[in-house]
Amino acid sequence: MNRIWNETMECMSRDDMRKLQGIRLRKAVERVYNCCEPYRKRMQEKGVEPGDIKSIDDIVKLPFTSKKDLRDYYPFGLLCSPMTDIVRLQASSGTTGKPIVVGYTRGDLDIWGEVGARCFTAYGIQKQDVVQISYGYGLFTGGLGAHCAVETIGGTVLPMSSGNTEKQIMLMHDFGAVGLACTPSYALYLAEALHNSPYPRDEFKLKIGAFGAEPWTEGMRKDLEEKLNIKAYDIYGLTEIIGPGVGYECEFQHGTHLCEDHFYPEIIDPETGEPLPPGQLGELVFSTITKEGMPLLRFRTRDLTSLNYEKCECGRTAVRMGKILGRSDDMLIIRGVNVFPSQVESVICELPQLEPHYLLLVDRVNNLDTFEIQVEVKEEFYSDEVAKMLDIRKRIVHRLQSVLGISPDVRLVEPRSIERSQGKAKRVIDKRKFQ
Amino acid sequence: MLIKQLSIFLENKKGRFTEVTNLLGEAGINMTAFTVAENSDFGIVRLVVTEPEKARDILRENRYAVSVTDVICIQMPNTPGALAKVMNIINDAGVSVEYMYAFSTGKSAAAVIRPDNLGITLEVLTNNKVDLLASDELFSL
Repeated sequence: MNRIWNETMECMSRDDMRKLQGIRLRKAVERVYNCCEPYRKRMQEKGVEPGDIKSIDDIVKLPFTSKKDLRDYYPFGLLCSPMTDIVRLQASSGTTGKPIVVGYTRGDLDIWGEVGARCFTAYGIQKQDVVQISYGYGLFTGGLGAHCAVETIGGTVLPMSSGNTEKQIMLMHDFGAVGLACTPSYALYLAEALHNSPYPRDEFKLKIGAFGAEPWTEGMRKDLEEKLNIKAYDIYGLTEIIGPGVGYECEFQHGTHLCEDHFYPEIIDPETGEPLPPGQLGELVFSTITKEGMPLLRFRTRDLTSLNYEKCECGRTAVRMGKILGRSDDMLIIRGVNVFPSQVESVICELPQLEPHYLLLVDRVNNLDTFEIQVEVKEEFYSDEVAKMLDIRKRIVHRLQSVLGISPDVRLVEPRSIERSQGKAKRVIDKRKFQ
Repeated sequence: MLIKQLSIFLENKKGRFTEVTNLLGEAGINMTAFTVAENSDFGIVRLVVTEPEKARDILRENRYAVSVTDVICIQMPNTPGALAKVMNIINDAGVSVEYMYAFSTGKSAAAVIRPDNLGITLEVLTNNKVDLLASDELFSL
C-alpha cells in the first residue's frame, strides 16, 4: 500500500525544497505587499521591499505577525483577496471576546485538501475506506478540514460532527468505518461507548484514528490504541495557518512531518526573535507561502518545539517537528479550545458581583480535561439564600461559556481566600502532564 | 418583633465550621439556634446568637462573608398541630417562606422564619395573637 500522497513534494531533496520555498516566498511577499496595507506598512517600517527577498534565507528580513495582528485587523483587514474570491470563513476563539477569522479562496481550499490528503494517506486511508469525521463541523476547522482531506483522497466521508454518541457507534458499526477523525478526548469517550454497545468489537472495521486539535500524551495514545484496537496518529494544524493538515505523523511516528512546501517553518528564540540552529528548542514560526486569501508571513505560534531535517525511515524528506513542549505565552488548550487567562479576567472584571481575583485550575482526570475557575463574590452580594448564590454562579458560568466557548466549573470561594500578590499573581495552575 | 440572624458563607472545606464555633466561643457569644443549607461546593450557616453585631464584626475581621438578615421567631406549644396553625395564618396571607428552622424544649417550641414579606407576616401573626420572641427571650427558653 502506498502511504505517500505526493511523492514529489514529500520526498524532495532538501536543496530543491529550499529553492521551491524561495520561489514561493517571493510570490507570497509580493502578494501581501501589493494587496494588504498593514503588511506593506510593516515592511516599509523595516525597510524591506519585495525585491529584497531572493531566496528562502531572506525570510529573516521580514517582520513577524502574531495573534494580536489578527485581532487588531479583525475581521478582514489582513485579507489579500477581494471578497469576490473568498469562498469560506472559519474561526477560532481569540484572546478577547472576538474570534480569529480566516478567509479561504477556492485555491486555499484546494491546498487544504491537498495537505489533508497527505495526512490521511500517511495514516493508511485509501479510496475504498469510510472515514467517520467526529470533529465538530462549523467555524472550528476540525470537521471541515478532515472532511475535505478525505474527499480529496476519494475516500468516503461520514460527516458525523460531534455528539449523539449512540448514533456514532451505530453508524460506525453499520457503515463499516475504517477511519475515525476527532479529538483524542472524544475518541476516548467513543471508546467507552463502543465497549458498552451491543455490538461485538470484531463486527467493527475500525483500524485508524486521526486525532488532534488538543495536546495528548503517549499514554493516551496507548490507551486509545488498546481500547479501540486501532493505530492512532496525530494530525497537526492551526486555524491561522489553514487548520488540520499543517503536519502529520507517518507510520514510524518519530515526529510530525510538516507540509513545508506550503507552510514554511522556522524556530526562533522567543525572547530575541533571532533564528535558532536546526534541532534547537525554540518558538515555532510559520509562513504560508502559497495561500491567497489570508497569507500569514512569519506568524509566531508561541508553541515551543524543535525541527529535525534528517530524512525519515518512511522515505520522506519533509521536515519533522518534535513534540510541542509548551508555550511562550500563557495560552492554555482545554478540551481542544484555546483559552487565555486574559479572557477569564475580562469576564470576571465586568461582572459587578465579583472581586477582580480568580484562580484557574486545569487538570486531566481519566484523560479528560477538567477546568475550574475559583472566584470571590463581593461582600455585599453574599446572601443568606443558597438559591441566590447559585444564581450568581449560573450567571458567571453562562458569561464565561459565551466568551470562552467551553463551560468551566465555577467555584465560589470565601472572601480573600484567593492569593493577593503585589507582583504578577499566580492565576493559573495547570496540573496536566504532556510529556 | 424582629430578630437579627447571621448568615455565613463557608466553602465545603474541612474545619471551616469548627473555626467559626471556636471564634464565637472564645468571644463569649452564645448560639441559640442554627441551620446549615449546603450544596456540593459551599454551605450557608444561619445562626441566631447573643450580640449579633459583635459576632458579625469578629467573623468579618477573620475574613468570613457574613450578612445580617431580619427574621421572625415564633413561640408555640410543643403539641401536635401548633405549627400547622401558624403556617395556615402565613399561607392565608399569601406569604411564602424562604426558609425556616425550629427547635423544641420541653413544653415549648420555637421556629425561626424568613418569609418573603416580613411586614405582612408580622401583621398577620400579631393580629392572630401568635407569640413572637425577642432575641433575649429566645435565650431564656
